[in-house]
Amino acid sequence: MLQETGTEWLSQEVKTGTTIIAVEFDGGVVLGSDSRVSAGASVVNRVMNKLSPLHDKIYCALSGSAADAQTIAEVVHYQLDVHSIEIDEDPQVRSAATLVRNISYKYKEELSAHLIVAGWDRRDGGQVFATLSGLLTRQPFAVGGSGSSHVYGFVDAEFRGGMSKEECQQFVVNTLSLAINRDGSSGGVAYIVSIDEHGTEEKVVLGNDLPTFFDQ
Amino acid sequence: MSSIGTGYDLSASTFSPDGRVFQVEYAMKAVENSSTAIAIRCKDGVVFGVEKLVLSKLYEQGSNKRIFNIDRHVGMAVAGLLADARSLSEVARDEASSFRSSYGHDIPLKHLSDRVAMYVHAYTLYSAVRPFGCSFILGSYDKDDGPQLYMVDPSGISHGYWGCAIGKAKQAAKTEIEKLQMKEMTCRELVKEVAKIIYIVHDEVKDKAFELELSWVGEVTNGRHQLIPEEVRQEAEKYAKDSLEEEDDSDEDNMRWHVSQRLHSTAPAAGESPTERGAFRDKPQGTMLSLQFNHGIV
Repeated sequence: MLQETGTEWLSQEVKTGTTIIAVEFDGGVVLGSDSRVSAGASVVNRVMNKLSPLHDKIYCALSGSAADAQTIAEVVHYQLDVHSIEIDEDPQVRSAATLVRNISYKYKEELSAHLIVAGWDRRDGGQVFATLSGLLTRQPFAVGGSGSSHVYGFVDAEFRGGMSKEECQQFVVNTLSLAINRDGSSGGVAYIVSIDEHGTEEKVVLGNDLPTFFDQ
Repeated sequence: MSSIGTGYDLSASTFSPDGRVFQVEYAMKAVENSSTAIAIRCKDGVVFGVEKLVLSKLYEQGSNKRIFNIDRHVGMAVAGLLADARSLSEVARDEASSFRSSYGHDIPLKHLSDRVAMYVHAYTLYSAVRPFGCSFILGSYDKDDGPQLYMVDPSGISHGYWGCAIGKAKQAAKTEIEKLQMKEMTCRELVKEVAKIIYIVHDEVKDKAFELELSWVGEVTNGRHQLIPEEVRQEAEKYAKDSLEEEDDSDEDNMRWHVSQRLHSTAPAAGESPTERGAFRDKPQGTMLSLQFNHGIV
């Protein structure tokens, strides 16, 4: 077994070893994340909300280095605030995603974070954008974080277009539950955010309420 | 409205005692010396028309354009000092390009208009620079927001319009524009009307040759700003010339009445015949001048 003096975690980078997911449905999006923050083998926060608001109807999901991801989200939140006042209307989801991408790409050597940007605007309805490594691409759904690799098979098999909001929420919760089960860096509770034309709804699903599968 | 601002008009950083910045007003006079540009917004787009005076037969046809493209979806028609206008078109292009780079989509026209207007306004604040001597009209079409039209003048003010005119014949052009029901017209119908208005306001006597620059942006061009295609332009010019001939014929009857008006120092009382007031005392030359006066536009 590993010999640990117990203080390595103080000097290791704090990562949101994570599972994050965002799914588009006709009329909006659903975002989901786990809540574990780890520093090496220690869990330093078991209830962190990794779904960060960029604007009223645009959220982003954080993964990678906790500090990097949070800072990008805060900077973009500020930029969108100014932008929406300048153009005198709600910003487009594409604008938010472009702002995130511009930072991620420009500082890609220094930063280690992947944000999934998702939201609703009046022009194109619900949209999900992935910004991994500074690319920008719109997708029907996106997964990210260390837990995502455990569930690629599940999401590829189970996702269908034309799902309703409730079906998307169930899909998100199932995905998170399976990832948390297998990934040591993901755990805690599941945060779910649903965004549509009428507003934004935040929900927490506690650990014991998560769906269980064959081995639980 | 015009007055000399002696002493208070040397720099843009000085107010006159009655609260005016004369340098800005002089800049607007520069616009009024330029030939006319108009733009009209209709149900499904925006049409621009410019009366481009050709000062020399040696100019290549199509040179010294006064309609610019700002990004793919925005058109800009200018009046005033052309060099100032060109420099501002570059400013507008930089703004649109930087917006696209930061936010990933077309710049909304109101925002572009606000930004360029702010830039123009900045040049009205300092004595080290002079205000821009040009006004310009920006127009675009977006499938969600529809057609939009904004005009910016040398003071840095920007307004949204359904139809506007800048340049020497702007008053006459505005009168013609107000007669149109633009909210119910399509771009194709409007092109002909725009051509007609430019032909109407063009002063045949003072300014001889002119080229008609026409462009549009709308559903018909899928939101891209473009010069009018050749067949549409020919149809529009023909319509404009034909309408003018019709008006000429009806003008002949009106001319006699106008001549008698000019020859009197006061208007005749109702029922009084012109001949009783010594109408023939004036020299024939006077008659000719007044005929020309009424045919042109001021």
